[in-house]
Amino acid sequence: MVTLKDYRVDIKPNWCPGCGDFSVLAAIQKAAVNLNIEPENFVLQSGIGCSGRISGYLNVYGMHSMHGRALAVAQGTKLANKDLTVVCAGGDGDGFGIGGNHFVHAARRNVDITYIVMDNQIYGLTKGQMSPTSPQGFITKSSPEGNPDNPVSPLQVALAANAGFIAQGFSGDIKHITSLIEQGMQHKGFSFINIFSPCVTFNKIFTFEWFKKNLQNVDDDPNYDSSNRSMAFDRVEQTGGFITGLIYRAERKDYVESLPGKAGKENLVKQDLKLSNEQVQSLVQKFM
Amino acid sequence: MSQHFELSCIIGGQQGEGIESVGEILAKTMGRTGYFLFGARNFSSRIKGGHTDFNLRISKERVYTTSEQVHILFAFDRETIELHQHELVDNGIILYDPKTVPMKDIELRQGIQAHEMAFTDIAGEIGSKLMKNIVAVGAAAALLDQPLEVFETAIIEQFENKGKAIVEKNILAFRKGHEDLQAITTAKFSLEQPETGNRMFLSGNDAIALGAILGGCRFMAGYPITPASEILENLMKLVPEYGGVVVQAEDELASAALIIGAGYTGVRAMTATAGPGLSLMQEAIGLAGATEVPIVIVDCQRGGPSSGMATKIEQSDLNAMISGSHGESPRIVLTPSTVEEAMMDMPKAFNLAEMFQCPVFVASDLMIATSKQSCMVPDFSQIEINRGKMISEEELQSLEGPFYKRFAPSADGITPRSIPGQKKGMHHVTGIEHGPTGHPSENPDNRIQQMNKRDRKLEFVPQNDAVKYEGAEKADVLLVGFGSTYGAIRDARKHLETLGVSVGHAHIRMIHPFPMDILNNYLDEASSVIVVEQNSTGQLASLIKKHKDVHQKLHSCLKFSGVPFAKSDITSFYKDLEIPNVSIHS
Repeated sequence: MVTLKDYRVDIKPNWCPGCGDFSVLAAIQKAAVNLNIEPENFVLQSGIGCSGRISGYLNVYGMHSMHGRALAVAQGTKLANKDLTVVCAGGDGDGFGIGGNHFVHAARRNVDITYIVMDNQIYGLTKGQMSPTSPQGFITKSSPEGNPDNPVSPLQVALAANAGFIAQGFSGDIKHITSLIEQGMQHKGFSFINIFSPCVTFNKIFTFEWFKKNLQNVDDDPNYDSSNRSMAFDRVEQTGGFITGLIYRAERKDYVESLPGKAGKENLVKQDLKLSNEQVQSLVQKFM
Repeated sequence: MSQHFELSCIIGGQQGEGIESVGEILAKTMGRTGYFLFGARNFSSRIKGGHTDFNLRISKERVYTTSEQVHILFAFDRETIELHQHELVDNGIILYDPKTVPMKDIELRQGIQAHEMAFTDIAGEIGSKLMKNIVAVGAAAALLDQPLEVFETAIIEQFENKGKAIVEKNILAFRKGHEDLQAITTAKFSLEQPETGNRMFLSGNDAIALGAILGGCRFMAGYPITPASEILENLMKLVPEYGGVVVQAEDELASAALIIGAGYTGVRAMTATAGPGLSLMQEAIGLAGATEVPIVIVDCQRGGPSSGMATKIEQSDLNAMISGSHGESPRIVLTPSTVEEAMMDMPKAFNLAEMFQCPVFVASDLMIATSKQSCMVPDFSQIEINRGKMISEEELQSLEGPFYKRFAPSADGITPRSIPGQKKGMHHVTGIEHGPTGHPSENPDNRIQQMNKRDRKLEFVPQNDAVKYEGAEKADVLLVGFGSTYGAIRDARKHLETLGVSVGHAHIRMIHPFPMDILNNYLDEASSVIVVEQNSTGQLASLIKKHKDVHQKLHSCLKFSGVPFAKSDITSFYKDLEIPNVSIHS
């Protein structure tokens, strides 16, 4: 049996005391233990930013790659070795700003990975500039007179991009986000979990207290149907996106299942790369 | 009548009218008969309309570029004649379609015969004007004095999936073209009998895809771009047969990131792109260098900068491949110059990428990418798969944890890789400067160790095939080039030899790390060095000058018009240099 001890490392995160990301780290570890995944079969790909450092803080194969492009790296990893559990993590600037394009296409490509965004509505590592999820008028170092841009709705973007699993959580509720991450990891195909993870240093508006007061959990609403895409879209619209729970889920073929023939059906890492004489001959014939 | 050792034809018309099929059937049949071919397409970046032509050189011997001596011109538009008349030999023939080629005010050079042949009308009478191309094939078969059977087999193959009726009509069109030509002229261009043998006929883009499979590539990610898209298309068909995966990504940023993800996980992964895509990949190239992840990037160079000239040849991405991306990171750059080399460089690139744990570029260019060449089947049995230094599970078990020291400094700069799934192989990977376990470190001593570790790797890259040399030993005049200019330089060398010039040709096959020690042998002997390259700033010449003081005797022969180098560009350049003590007879 895998235990939390297997996932822990003796490295102190460089996050500020009280940062929401600590809870996300703990939830990922707990979810992996609950699903009994061996740490060597767990790959955590992460982007750049405070949250991106997460891949160095647990005992797995962790890779901290490029700002906004960790999702593409993560898809390459999963497609190379289907036996791995691949989770990708980053922040709101990473995922919806510089990596917005990769987010949209990862959602519609539907490779079997889990994407966790630690959304704090600000750029923390660069010390407090507006982010793609900062509301209009939001005052930051790069918007001293108020943010002129409208915020993006990550949930609605994910819905529009045909993501098959969309959930949202809050760092203040570790138990809930652990459950969402577990469900995401078990979902076949791309799963997206947006987690409000307050920045205690630079965001004085969207604080733990603010979220505790303002979030509604759709999991507790008997009238909410998470298999209904239009209902999901409407609920996000009506609440400004300040909801938690399983927002939308649909069972559909994942990327590899949609590929022709043998493509990606076996672990590519284990293949014998040397071709037989017959294979070489048949290749050559195609170009005679 | 004397027989020709080699012949060239140009078939020209408006894009989208299927004139390519004339060249294809001609190439297929002549190739099967045993001739060596070089077929180059001249095209523009549009789907329909605009002039396009196909230049087919047919020879008894292996040829590496088109010829400037054309014997037959098939003109479906006026531009074909305007653009190519000057290339016709004396007694050369133009066959033009009066329906689509207004001949008014075209002055024909003396010694050329121009014959009207109503390709479109003949085809129309048989059933469809579309078959005008096949009528032209019939005329070509007659002019080249070739037996009908081989052509008819090729036509059947071309159309059999469209039904029996279509096949029969096309055969009829072919025979009518063959017959009518003989009523128009008695001219014949017959070729000496070729030797038979197993020939392949393929483009560089085909060769690279084939070579990738032979080299164990099981993952490819790419984004459509001229002139590299065919590599993506080829691999989309081929890779799944071997269980692998090809992803058409959302952009080149993702393509490069996807292959880094796959390469890190232990799969041979590649992408193929051209200039604009290469620009987008620069960030990822630095990441692969810093994190020591093996990846292969094929760059089919085309006219730059920016969108430049997408369908025209240029060799101007050298600097971007060698030193692109911020900071300093290792990479290897191979430069194939023929389809054989393109095939064999791919397994080599994958081996080098895994042996040296860094990005490897295969620098193709538009002429290699899109021209089709025939060649003997290379000896594929010599291909070896070398995965480089990997650490086994057993070795990992005996190591002290908690992390595997994936980036521990070593004498040759290379540390055995562990891959996800291996117990006790866990480590961190980051583009941030890191210590032996991969965790971030800004310690100055560690920084120096890690930079040295990565830089040192290139000192050990084997360079035994890094320069291909042909021509006189201790040549007085040295021609240097890389990539698709090989054919033009080779033809120029042969021509200069007939003039009594002591000339050698060094073609660079690995441009980074630069094989200076090998090139030195030839540079030292030569009194004049002509560096031939298809760009405006002399990027290869700059590399040579960076390594050696040859400034006085080095002459840059540059072409960046979008038109490929021809033999005469190089021989004229040589003559204009007026190198003393050498007599020129022509």
